[in-house]
Amino acid sequence: MSGIVLRNIRKSFGPTTALHDVSLSIVNGEFLTLLGPSGCGKSTLLRILAGLEVQDAGSVAIGDRVVDGLRPKRRDVAMVFQSYALYPHMTVAENIALPLRMRRLNAWQRAPLVGRWLPGTGMARRAIDMEVGGTAEALGIAHLLDRKPGQLSGGQRQRVALGRAMVRHPAVFLMDEPLSNLDAKLRVHMRAEIKELHRRLGVTFVYVTHDQAEAMTLSDRVVVMLDGEVLQVAQPQKIYSDPDDRRVAEFVGSPKINMFDAIMRERGQVDVAGTALSVPSELTLGTELTVAIRPEAFQLAGHAGPGVLTGLVRMVEHMGSDLFVYLDVAGVEHPVIARLSAERAPEIVTGQTLHVGVRPDHVLLFDREGRRVRLRDGAAAASVTPVREWA
Amino acid sequence: MNARLSLVSRSVGPVTTSRKSMLVSELRSPAQKHARGEALWAWALAGPALILLIVLFLLPVVGVFVMALTDWEFGASSLSFVGLANFREVIFDEVFRASLINTVVYVLIVVPGTVLAGLVIALLIESSDSCRAFYRAIHFLPFMATLTAMAISWEALLHPTVGLVNQTFAALGIPTANWLRDETTALPVLAVIGIWQNLGYAMVLFLAGLKSIPLDLYDAAEVDGADLWIDRLRTVTIPMLGPVLMFIVIVVALKAFETFDTIQILTQGGPGHATEMLLYTLYRESFEYLRMGYGAAVAVVFLVMVVTLTLIQARIMDKRVHYQ
Repeated sequence: MSGIVLRNIRKSFGPTTALHDVSLSIVNGEFLTLLGPSGCGKSTLLRILAGLEVQDAGSVAIGDRVVDGLRPKRRDVAMVFQSYALYPHMTVAENIALPLRMRRLNAWQRAPLVGRWLPGTGMARRAIDMEVGGTAEALGIAHLLDRKPGQLSGGQRQRVALGRAMVRHPAVFLMDEPLSNLDAKLRVHMRAEIKELHRRLGVTFVYVTHDQAEAMTLSDRVVVMLDGEVLQVAQPQKIYSDPDDRRVAEFVGSPKINMFDAIMRERGQVDVAGTALSVPSELTLGTELTVAIRPEAFQLAGHAGPGVLTGLVRMVEHMGSDLFVYLDVAGVEHPVIARLSAERAPEIVTGQTLHVGVRPDHVLLFDREGRRVRLRDGAAAASVTPVREWA
Repeated sequence: MNARLSLVSRSVGPVTTSRKSMLVSELRSPAQKHARGEALWAWALAGPALILLIVLFLLPVVGVFVMALTDWEFGASSLSFVGLANFREVIFDEVFRASLINTVVYVLIVVPGTVLAGLVIALLIESSDSCRAFYRAIHFLPFMATLTAMAISWEALLHPTVGLVNQTFAALGIPTANWLRDETTALPVLAVIGIWQNLGYAMVLFLAGLKSIPLDLYDAAEVDGADLWIDRLRTVTIPMLGPVLMFIVIVVALKAFETFDTIQILTQGGPGHATEMLLYTLYRESFEYLRMGYGAAVAVVFLVMVVTLTLIQARIMDKRVHYQ
C-alpha cells in the first residue's frame, strides 16, 4: 500500500552534484537502509523523500501517489532526526502532540487564549491527549510527559522523537542517523527497539546510516551509496558476501577487505603477490584484475606454496575470540589483514614469518573498473581443487 | 578519616547540617587550608572591580539618597535637612506627574515598536541572500551615529514648512502637522525617533539569535505540519529567540527610560510639558533651576522605578523563557 518508488532522482547543490540519477523501489512494510560514508547523498535522498528538499529531476511516489511538489505535511511521512530536533521549550507531551495539533486543530483553535474556548477544541484536545498518552505508554516514557527535553537523557530524547513520529501513524518512517548521538551501549539497545518498533507497526522504514553494523542488523535490504550513486541494493548478507562493486566490498566489513592487483596468468589461476591463486573464471589470459579477500577467508598454513601468502607479522590485535594479524607481504603495498581464530593460532608474535592460505570460494574478483567479475555459478566455486595444504 | 566519614554518612543517610559541620571542624586538613587560600585569591581578584563599583556606583547612590533629604541648591555653601519634603513635592507636582506619564507612554511605544520592527527586519534580511551585509549596515547605522547630530537632521526633516516629511505628505495629500510643536504629535514623533534609533541594535541581536536556531527544528516543524510562516514563527522562531528577546526588551526599555538628548535638542520638554520626561526633568531641576535636593528626589524615584521594572521583567520572563 505504501511502497515508495523513486525514479531518476537528480539533485545538485551549486556545482556539486549530490545525487546522479538515483532510482529505487521500496516495498511496502520493508526496512530499507541507505548506507554510505558521509557526503554520499544518502541524507539528501531521504530529505527529498520527506519533501524537505526538492529534486532537480525525477519523481517520487509514495503508495500510488506521486508526491512531487507536495509539502512534507501532505506526504504522510514522519521523520526522526539525528539531533532529535525536539522543541526545547515544549514539554514531552507537547512535543509528541504537535503533529496532531497541527493536523486536527485549525489556526483559530491553536491560537493562544481564545483557541481553548472555540467549539470542538476541547474534544479534539482531549482526544489528542489520549493518543499522546497511549504513545508515551508504548514507548515507556509516560512518566516523563511533563518534563522538558533538556531534562532528559539521550535515550529518553530518542524515544520522544520516536513518539512524535509514531503518534500520527504515518505510512512511512524516515530516520536520519537516529542512533549516532547515543553512546555505544545505548545504541545497541535502541537498535533492537527500532527493529521491534518496525515489526510492531509493520510500515515502511527508510533508515539512513553510515554505520554498517546498524545497516546489517536492522535492514531487510541495504542500499549502498557512494558519491551520489547507488552501488548495490541487496539483503545485508549479500552486500557483505557478494558485493557488486569493489567500493561496496571496501566499504562494508571490518577490518577492511584486502585488495590485491593481480593478472590472469593461466586458465583458472591468477597471480597475486607472486603466488598463484586458483579462481574459477573464464577470463582471457593477461586480464588485469583486483582480487579481494576478506580477512576471515585466510587460514593458517604450514608452509609456503601455491595459494598461500607468506609475510612478516607486523602487528597482532587480540579481539577475544579472534586475532587480527597484520602481515607485510612482499609486493603488496598495504599490510594484509587476516582474521584468525584465537584458539587455532595462539602463539603468533610480531616479527615472525607466517603462512596463510586462502579459501578459494571466498575470493572476490573485480575488473579494473571496479565491477564484479562473477564466478560462473556456485557449483563452479565448490569444484575448485584445493591447491594448498591446510595447517 | 575518609573511610570513617563515608561510613558515617552512609549509616546516617542524609547528614544533618550540625552534624556535618561538627565532622568538618574535626578535619583540620590541607584541603581546608587550600580552600582558604583560594578564597583569598578570589577576593584579591574581585577587589579592583568591587572598589570601583563602590566608589563609582554605590557611594553616589547613597549620596543621592542623602541629598534628596536636603534642600541643597547647586553652589550653595549651606544646606539643611528637610526630611521627606522633597518627595512630598515630587508626588504632588504636576510637571513631575506629566513627566512620569510621558515617560511611561514613551516606553510603551518604543519597546514594542523596536522589538517588532527589529524582528521583522531581521527575519526579512535572514530570508534572502542578497545584499545582507548592506541591509544590516544601513539599519545599524542609526545606532552607531551620534544621536545629537541625528536629532538635528530629524529637526530639519520635520520642519513645518521646508521639511521633507511635510512636503512629502502635502504632495501625497496627507494632512501635515507641526510635528514637534504640536502637543498631540510631539511625544509620538519622539517615540518614532527612539524606535528608529534602537531598531538596528535589536535587529543585530535578533540576527545573531536567528543564526543560532538549529535548522533541524525548522525541518521537524515542517514534517510535523507547522509549515505556514505563522506556525513556524510560533513553534520555533519566537520560542527559540526567547533569551535574546528578553535581553532586547530589558535593554531597550532602559534606554527608553533614560531618553534625554532628543528632548534636549528637539523639544526641550515642550510644547507645554508634552515631552517632559523623567531624565530631562531631573536635569532641568538640578542644573537649570539648581535645586539639587529636589532633583535628587526625582533621581531616587527614577532609580526605584527602573530597578523595580527590571526585576519584574526578569522575573516574569525568566519563567517563560527557555534557555538551551
